[in-house]
Amino acid sequence: MMTTLIEAVIAFFLMVGGGFMFVGSFGLAKLPDTMRRLHGPTKATTLGIGALLIASLLYFVVLNGAAGIHEVMITLFLFLTAPVSAVMIAKAHLFRSEAVQRALPEDDNGAGWATLAPPPDGIDHRPS
Amino acid sequence: MIAAASAFAIGAILIAILLNLYRLIAGPDVTDRILALDTMVINAIGLIVLTGILFSTTMYFEAALLFAMVGFVSTVAFCKFLMRGNVIE
Repeated sequence: MMTTLIEAVIAFFLMVGGGFMFVGSFGLAKLPDTMRRLHGPTKATTLGIGALLIASLLYFVVLNGAAGIHEVMITLFLFLTAPVSAVMIAKAHLFRSEAVQRALPEDDNGAGWATLAPPPDGIDHRPS
Repeated sequence: MIAAASAFAIGAILIAILLNLYRLIAGPDVTDRILALDTMVINAIGLIVLTGILFSTTMYFEAALLFAMVGFVSTVAFCKFLMRGNVIE
């Protein structure tokens, strides 16, 4: 039987998770430019989904008497991939933004600061 | 208590998805749209996990895992395409 205490803990994690996911998306909609918009989804939303998965883990431990591997797998996967996708989006933004390209010093290989070598087709994809 | 907290979280995530949709439509650059899509996938995973809690079934976690993988791969593929003009070189 589910005790009131563990129920309160699960409800707390559910509310923290929902609140932080809302805060992350609110930051995405509200903040003024791309680099600042990256903060919301990469930090607040990841914390929110982590809290939701902790709540789910506790709920199914109490319900079934055994911990499932699924929540741990989803948590690990999301926490490993969120920084990678944030870095990719930041590099794509560096590569595409004309103002950022002009503000940075000249690089060696003519591909901008976001990539190591020019693209194989030899076309300059930077905004002109 | 859990049902009320789940209702709160579902409401919060629904508003969050609407905000993501706004950024997806209004985003001035394509990187903003990629970011909005990535956030939307994470919000959908949260919604799937909440559905699993509400219906007391572990059946939906495979769907959540698949969403996580497809969302990550599509984000990286979009960014790779923007930077290199190609996904697999």
